[in-house]
Amino acid sequence: MDYLPNVIFAIALLLGIGFFVSNVLKLVRNIKLGKDLDRSDNKLERWKNMARIALGQSKMVSRPIAGFLHIVVYIGFVVINIEVLEIIIDGLFGTHRVFQPLLGNSIYGFLIGTFEILAFLVLVAVIIFWLRRNIVQLKRFMSKEMKGWPKNDGNLILYFEIVLMSLFILMNATDYSFQQAGFGNPISQFVAPWFSEYSLETLSSIEHKAWWAHIIGILIFLNYLYYSKHLHILLAFPNTFYANLQPKGQFNNLSSVTKEVRMMMDPDTDPYAIPEEGAEEEIPEKFGASDVTDLNWVQLLNAYTCTECGRCTSSCPANMTGKELSPRAIMMKTRDRLEEVGRNIDSNKGTFKEDGKQLLNDYITPEELWACTSCNACVEECPIDIDPLSIIMDMRRFLVMEQSAAPQELNMMMTNIENNGAPWQYNQQDRLNWKDE
Amino acid sequence: MNVPTMAEMMSQGKKPEVLFWVGAAGSYDDRAKKITRAFVKLLHKANVDFAVLGTEESSTGDAAKRAGNEFLFQMQAISNIEILNSYEVKTIVCTDPHSFNTLKNEYPELGGNYEVYHHTQYIKKLVEEGRLEIKKSLKGKQVTYHDPCYLGRGNGVYESPRDIIRKLGVQLKEMKQHKNRALCCGAGGAQMFKDAEKGDKEINILRTEQALETNAKIIATGCPYCNTMMTDGVKFHEKESQIIVKDIAELIAEADNL
Repeated sequence: MDYLPNVIFAIALLLGIGFFVSNVLKLVRNIKLGKDLDRSDNKLERWKNMARIALGQSKMVSRPIAGFLHIVVYIGFVVINIEVLEIIIDGLFGTHRVFQPLLGNSIYGFLIGTFEILAFLVLVAVIIFWLRRNIVQLKRFMSKEMKGWPKNDGNLILYFEIVLMSLFILMNATDYSFQQAGFGNPISQFVAPWFSEYSLETLSSIEHKAWWAHIIGILIFLNYLYYSKHLHILLAFPNTFYANLQPKGQFNNLSSVTKEVRMMMDPDTDPYAIPEEGAEEEIPEKFGASDVTDLNWVQLLNAYTCTECGRCTSSCPANMTGKELSPRAIMMKTRDRLEEVGRNIDSNKGTFKEDGKQLLNDYITPEELWACTSCNACVEECPIDIDPLSIIMDMRRFLVMEQSAAPQELNMMMTNIENNGAPWQYNQQDRLNWKDE
Repeated sequence: MNVPTMAEMMSQGKKPEVLFWVGAAGSYDDRAKKITRAFVKLLHKANVDFAVLGTEESSTGDAAKRAGNEFLFQMQAISNIEILNSYEVKTIVCTDPHSFNTLKNEYPELGGNYEVYHHTQYIKKLVEEGRLEIKKSLKGKQVTYHDPCYLGRGNGVYESPRDIIRKLGVQLKEMKQHKNRALCCGAGGAQMFKDAEKGDKEINILRTEQALETNAKIIATGCPYCNTMMTDGVKFHEKESQIIVKDIAELIAEADNL
């Protein structure tokens, strides 16, 4: 019976990690529903991008308050997780603070002391985050796409962090011998006196429960990620690695279109040619995107990575002037639809069963798409290089090339370009008149 | 004005050092034509051996592409590239950041490889080479600069325009949102050619408000579409007597009484 706690711990750990891994596999499968896109070039540049933007948080600080607080939580999160290693060893082998004798009081104390200070700073930062979302009511957290679940999701993550950090401090504060040793308790020493009336057994029992709650909490949080907007803590790394490295003004040229245009413009093609006997009839490729499976995998990775901070939307000129368009909502809707498609595949034995829905119209409306000025402010703002503009453009392409559904004025503009090489109705022969006016 | 075309040049067996891509706005829009002429004056002043395509120039296809019509874009691009390559064009300068971006970034994959300059970059180059001098005739004047999206965020060109504006001796006053965080004028992405979607304000009006907050006397920019949008914004606020909208090329040409 002595080993029961160790066995329970091992089972909890396996379940927690196993469930997480199965969800990650699902996530990878969903991302791979996207079209191929080669982003294997420029490896060095990509590693640098990831180091600078994800690891180094370089784009976060463009908004100093949120940026600074986020860095506190980020460093706290990464560093305090070293402690999880000790917790896992202690849990599996029934040891208690296994690193303490190994590292010696001064080094161990320094480490745990650092964790405590960070845990305290994270607590403060997270409380400020909560105030910004709920009391100060920052505009970007009040948009209409942030009502309901997205709002609760954001708060839930903050509560998780508050509880986990508090449990860590509590665990240390109620560890009698740890407090007696007096190494590495810069924060918990102020909490310990609250329990000075308690017997050693009660203390030990509280410590024990806090320890268990802490590690179970971490496992639950790990598994909550997949269902929340919080995946960015993992996906920010691949997302910045695979981000677009070309100038932002450059939009991709559709190679399927190039093929057709070249054929059309080639004087040697015979428009009446009969396809050769036995030649496979080519199904013409769909132009642009009307559903998530028409987008490429990087765009789908972007959708999972978005943590709904709303910097994009708060800098979008269309959104700032009251239009329907919100780049954040574009990402959220793309993810919602992708998850719907994923669930459909899960419940239909691995194949997608037509559900009569698509990203266009059922999630994203043409009104949103046509409000975009393609100014790249959203792309520039995103702290982890998400590109909502590329999705907007691909969907416009579908509207125009597959459905001829451009706004009337744009159709006129395009007719003019076709007929006289300018977006307005001027005669091409007058193109040089300016020099004599 | 003496503006040779590539065809004329070719018939004389000559190849200019640079092709000036005028663009649709620069060719037809009354306001933008003034920018075109101002820039040509600068090219003359600096003795640049240049030519235009004239009636052989056609839309780059930028607006069609941003509107979602990749077909029309590539048809325009491929036929433009045929003409440019037949004249063996190596260097292009544009007064429109949209043409600049498309020619520079989107044409190479379709077979058009050129060294492409925005006119503010080209003017800076001429100054550095000692071919053009910018007169400090706007000494102390308060000027704000509006970053065109396709020049700034689109291609990371923030300093060339500012450098040559400063050479006018002006006091450069930045708007609240500038450089990589500049607010769009509202014309990009083919918005120039359609009404805005339902909202509570026009983008150009918001951007003009930011410019007015600087108390500058001149809004300088480097894009004919931004110019139109900002001019309309100034009119909307009835501030025409306080602030004017000018292209950087115009400011430099006027500084030298060209």
